[in-house]
Amino acid sequence: MASTASAAHAHDDHRPHGLKRWLFSTNHKDIGTLYLLFAMMAGVIGGALSIGMRLELQEPGLQYFANPHTFNAFVTAHGIIMVFFVVMPAMIGGFGNWFVPLHIGAPDMAFPRMNNISFWLLVVAFVLFIISLFVEGPPGDIGAGTGWTLYAPLSTLGHPGPSVDFGILSFHIAGASSILGAINFITTIFNMRAPGMTLHKMPLFAWAILVTAFLLLLSLPVLAGAITMLLTDRNFGTTFFDASGGGDPVLYQHLFWFFGHPEVYIMILPGFGIVSHIVATFSRKPVFGYLGMAYAMVAIGLVGFIVWAHHMYTSGISVNAQAYFVFATMVIAVPTGVKVFSWIATMWGGSITFRTPMLWSIGFIILFTIGGLTGVMIANAGVDRALHDTYYVVAHFHYVLSLGAVFAIFAGWYYWFPKMTGYMYSEFWAKLHFWLTFIGANILFFPQHFLGLAGMPRRYADYPDAFAYWNYVSSMGSYITAVGTLVFFVGMVLALLKKERAVDNPWGVGATTLEWTLSSPPPFHSFETLPRIKASEHH
Amino acid sequence: MRETAKSTGTERRHYRVALICAVTAAGMLGLAYAAVPLYTLFCQVTGFAGTTQRAERPADTVLDRVVTIRFDANVAPGLGWKFQPVQRTMDVKIGENALAFYKAENISDRPIVGTATFNVAPEAAGAYFNKIECFCFQEQRLEPGESIDMPVSFFVDPAIVEDEIAGHLTQITLSYTFHPAEKQKAAALQASTPAAERPSASESGS
Repeated sequence: MASTASAAHAHDDHRPHGLKRWLFSTNHKDIGTLYLLFAMMAGVIGGALSIGMRLELQEPGLQYFANPHTFNAFVTAHGIIMVFFVVMPAMIGGFGNWFVPLHIGAPDMAFPRMNNISFWLLVVAFVLFIISLFVEGPPGDIGAGTGWTLYAPLSTLGHPGPSVDFGILSFHIAGASSILGAINFITTIFNMRAPGMTLHKMPLFAWAILVTAFLLLLSLPVLAGAITMLLTDRNFGTTFFDASGGGDPVLYQHLFWFFGHPEVYIMILPGFGIVSHIVATFSRKPVFGYLGMAYAMVAIGLVGFIVWAHHMYTSGISVNAQAYFVFATMVIAVPTGVKVFSWIATMWGGSITFRTPMLWSIGFIILFTIGGLTGVMIANAGVDRALHDTYYVVAHFHYVLSLGAVFAIFAGWYYWFPKMTGYMYSEFWAKLHFWLTFIGANILFFPQHFLGLAGMPRRYADYPDAFAYWNYVSSMGSYITAVGTLVFFVGMVLALLKKERAVDNPWGVGATTLEWTLSSPPPFHSFETLPRIKASEHH
Repeated sequence: MRETAKSTGTERRHYRVALICAVTAAGMLGLAYAAVPLYTLFCQVTGFAGTTQRAERPADTVLDRVVTIRFDANVAPGLGWKFQPVQRTMDVKIGENALAFYKAENISDRPIVGTATFNVAPEAAGAYFNKIECFCFQEQRLEPGESIDMPVSFFVDPAIVEDEIAGHLTQITLSYTFHPAEKQKAAALQASTPAAERPSASESGS
């Protein structure tokens, strides 16, 4: 690696200060911090929207939303914000930027300035999206009630106002941001690994981000194409998805889900990487089946591209096509099972300490597995006939995303908080945060399985009295989770006020990746002399 | 700056990887657009989603088995037509060429050009449902109050009996929906929806 030449220039006193440091940042750690703060801010908004929904659904009838369209706009905004402006920025932009260069022993990302553009594009996308909430969607109403899927014809003929146009432009810019980020990660990981760090010695988190970056690169352009067609259908008289002009609305669904299914793995794969490190660290054992873990993620990424129509069983696709998609979808359970069993095998016989990151990780494994099992159930086209677009599906994807991806984010946050800030968090508040969220989220989402099995459809502001009981329970769960989020912020403020110094490696011998060899927080320019990875060393 | 200190070799390697990635992303965008004609082609070739076939001449063989053909007619919102099949059902032998009629009447006070979209259900029958002559192949223009009978000449391909799914069918529904022709669409939409109800219908542009 040739970057040692830069060591002479890279003294800590070259660090820019104030506004310039954050606005024009080309430092992977600062950009990672910006992404994490952005995700937290967006997460509070997205979470507040969901509390609004649960308030309305607590009882039958319309209480808070006089206009059901506003409820649909809340559902849509909650989904889009959580997917594009919370989970992706936190996992990929936040932890990815912070720790991929540290894990592979690189001084920074390959294209530091492009990294800065990626972040600020995301902010622009978010502003556009917020605007879309306050301009006309359907005639006489504000905001888009299309769901995050933007299905035509609801998003074309159903929403003549500019709201959907702002949403589409927001997607375009968020997509461009992610594609630039993906190119940056791929280049960094391929070209900037420290001497001796082969791909097969690379930490699993870097593997996870590498696979994720490829998924982004291959799937996001398809979304960009599909929503551009929506945009021209809406504004320039094309008929890609309009049957009267020879188009087909089902084609939009195919294109959307060709992006949408890899997208759900984009949200969860970095979490797999984070959890692998945490489980190994707090079991004081190297991760079980390292290569199997890495290639399981590759397999999940590949198979993720050929299962999209399992979101479309009821769209009228033929029996043979459904049979194929059922089979292909179930194949994904195999590499996913490899990962779950390897985490258990890592813990097996280990010297486990239940620090907060470990609690979040074990919570992740349990709840993600439950979400995975309900996923196998609704992968069956026959079962899906009954459960499609019901709360069963809502429960399923919240178990893998809200209780999966978000738990992994919090696991990573507590695991790396001492490294990123240089301070220890308060174990009491952190554990209180975990238990409130764990209990609250389960009370919130588990009853939704029952509601779905009983036939309650998604995306309605009102429901028959028969569904009242479990909806009430579910709403109570969401308030507990909200209190948990407040506890999270209290814990963070306390940690930053108390300023209890964290040592370089607060987790002991189990933490073997390179970031723990640096100071806490790491120097502004890390790895001025590149670390050398010996052939005998484990990843 | 740090970048200038890097050797140009490293930079070149970075740009090569980035270029390959960018080309890949552009290729995927291209594929998304290529999906549009490919999807249409795929439907036409395989009869996917109940897409019917177009034939030049009738089938060579006629089997003894009979299928019931049901006829369905719809009018898109905003088209001032009455449109219905002349016969509701028809029993035809597989392979036999049959002629059915639909009746359309312009009940508005101005001339309207319409085009029809069509498919059959169950969708598995699409690959075997052949049309020789159909009003749906071209635009139809009706003066105010004018009505016409429109013919469909079709047959069911004898190869259907060998299909493991479509081979068991005893009924096939042929369905048409008339839409305003492209150039009249905006006008038709406006005419059908009072301005007070849909204030921004005129801004929709489609």
